[in-house]
Amino acid sequence: MDVTVKIKRFDPEADHPESYWQEYAVALPDNATVLDALIKIREEQDGTLTLRCSCRSAICGSCAMRINGHAALACKTALSRVLDGDNAVVVEPAGVMPVVKDLTVNFDPFWDKIRAVEPYLQPQGAEPAGEYIASNESMLHLSGVTACIMCGACVSDCTVLEVDPTFLGPAALAKAYRFTADPRDGNREGVSRERLHQLSEPTGIWDCTRCNECVEACPKGVAPMDRIMALREQAVNAGFTRNNGARHTSAFTESVGHSGRLDELMLPIKSVGGITNVGAMLSYAPVGWRALTHGKMPPLRHKNVENVENVRRLFRKLEPDLYGPEIGKSSPFG
Amino acid sequence: MKYAFFPGCVSQGAAPELYPAARLICQRLGIELEEIPAWTCTGAGVMQEKNQLFGDTLNARNFAKAERMGLPILTICSTCQGVMSQANLRMKRDPEYLAQINSYLAEEGLEYKGTAEPKHLLWILIEDVGLDKVLELVTRPLAGIRMAPFYGCYIVRPTEALDIEEHPERQTSLETLIETLGATVVDFAGKTRCCGFPILTINEKNSMAMVGKHTSEAKDLGADAMVTPCPLCHLNLDGYQPKASAQLRRKVDLPILHLPQLIGLAMGISPQELGLQKHIMNTQPLAMKLGAAR
Ligand code: FES
Repeated sequence: MDVTVKIKRFDPEADHPESYWQEYAVALPDNATVLDALIKIREEQDGTLTLRCSCRSAICGSCAMRINGHAALACKTALSRVLDGDNAVVVEPAGVMPVVKDLTVNFDPFWDKIRAVEPYLQPQGAEPAGEYIASNESMLHLSGVTACIMCGACVSDCTVLEVDPTFLGPAALAKAYRFTADPRDGNREGVSRERLHQLSEPTGIWDCTRCNECVEACPKGVAPMDRIMALREQAVNAGFTRNNGARHTSAFTESVGHSGRLDELMLPIKSVGGITNVGAMLSYAPVGWRALTHGKMPPLRHKNVENVENVRRLFRKLEPDLYGPEIGKSSPFG
Repeated sequence: MKYAFFPGCVSQGAAPELYPAARLICQRLGIELEEIPAWTCTGAGVMQEKNQLFGDTLNARNFAKAERMGLPILTICSTCQGVMSQANLRMKRDPEYLAQINSYLAEEGLEYKGTAEPKHLLWILIEDVGLDKVLELVTRPLAGIRMAPFYGCYIVRPTEALDIEEHPERQTSLETLIETLGATVVDFAGKTRCCGFPILTINEKNSMAMVGKHTSEAKDLGADAMVTPCPLCHLNLDGYQPKASAQLRRKVDLPILHLPQLIGLAMGISPQELGLQKHIMNTQPLAMKLGAAR
């Protein structure tokens, strides 16, 4: 098949380094991958085209880049599946990380974050006489996360990292989960309290927007976002609840559990730690006032759905720890 | 054409202009809406991060009621769409899980048989109603208007739950609709990214950075307005745009429309009836450009 590959290029040694687009026409067999096309271009048309690759089999994790705007492994992407109506495909370097040249990016920030989560087992207490014992199920469960090949596709497409480089990000957090979920890590019950405490701080698990970009980008099914959600559950269960993220989740669940629907007025108030958090409350005031004057304030008196007992029964049964008397329903002052 | 209507909390709470606008255009399109009795929140993905079982059970409850009505589900919220689709996939894929959930529902005499296929109005317009029918009702084509699409994460990802493999046209549905109504699509990288709403109370700086980035990017490409099928995105992109602008140190002034409002404008319905005056960002210049007096 005859295809056009549109590549975003960058040469740091040019007089005025600036990224630009270059198109290549190339003929390939129908079953070719995007990587096949790039290698053919480099070998036959333009030796200056720079990219990373090694295994060509989705194992080494070198060839993550953006294909038609979304991160993927070039060697795992069949060209025929990404061509548009004009038989063209757009290839760019991975996002978030700084471009070195053409399709190669600087992975230093990636590795810094992996290092920051201390990616090695940290068992506490006295060493056992023999080996550390872990059940089969617990390790099988972890095989999904250990499948990570550190290609950086998730980091490339992370919506938070795009605006905030301090966020630990999907790859490092999934790596952290690999240890918090390991029964050998942490205290005798397998709870990694120190890690969960650290991860609950700003730049950690609660900064994720749940946008699912990393789940789509990961070529190995690691589903980093799902691991971050599991970390949130672990952190809350370990008692690390004094933060806006954990409060938000609990307040949301309480509102829906008691009334069937979301009380939009109470939620932000409870999330920032209640009406007593004057600073945070004031920061919402201009927006609240604007909403009020435009006639779009949520109803002050939040109504329950009909036969709300049925919802509350489920609440009591499925979320017994949170179920309790309604506090401050529908009024920040009551 | 009749549907079991799932409006979602926000269309009746913090974005009260959405509900009547949706009802209005559905009526004109011959889409009959019967609200699911005493429907509950989907959990918005927030409940699911703490207790998936509780969240999924509430969704199964809504689905069971729609099954009893014998009607397919229509929603007007991207987030509701995504959360419902994800819960539905988990239940359909795992009969034991569904049986467990049904054991809780049995106490109020409900059972979810696993037949629901919740669909957003956006998809229904293209897949069920048909663009020809929409076009028939366009009396004020949006010619000359440059419109930026903004989907909301949950209606584009994860692709597996949303049946994108089988319906690839869903990935460009918003652009298709904008063009059908006569407006010009302003394509931009942010259209399928996150609006920042989920972390508004957790990391406001990042949330505002997202609003600033998307609105200013669309504005720079010459957009007159942005349209979204997600009321939560609307809350952030419209309601918090002044704050995001301040953080960005730049005036952006981009009106954000709900999907039904855009359709309503093209149908010749007045901006007032569509609730445009309830927006935080001024929609009047857009209405003037359209020749639609209040
Ligand atoms: S070349 Fe090794 S993963 Fe693509």
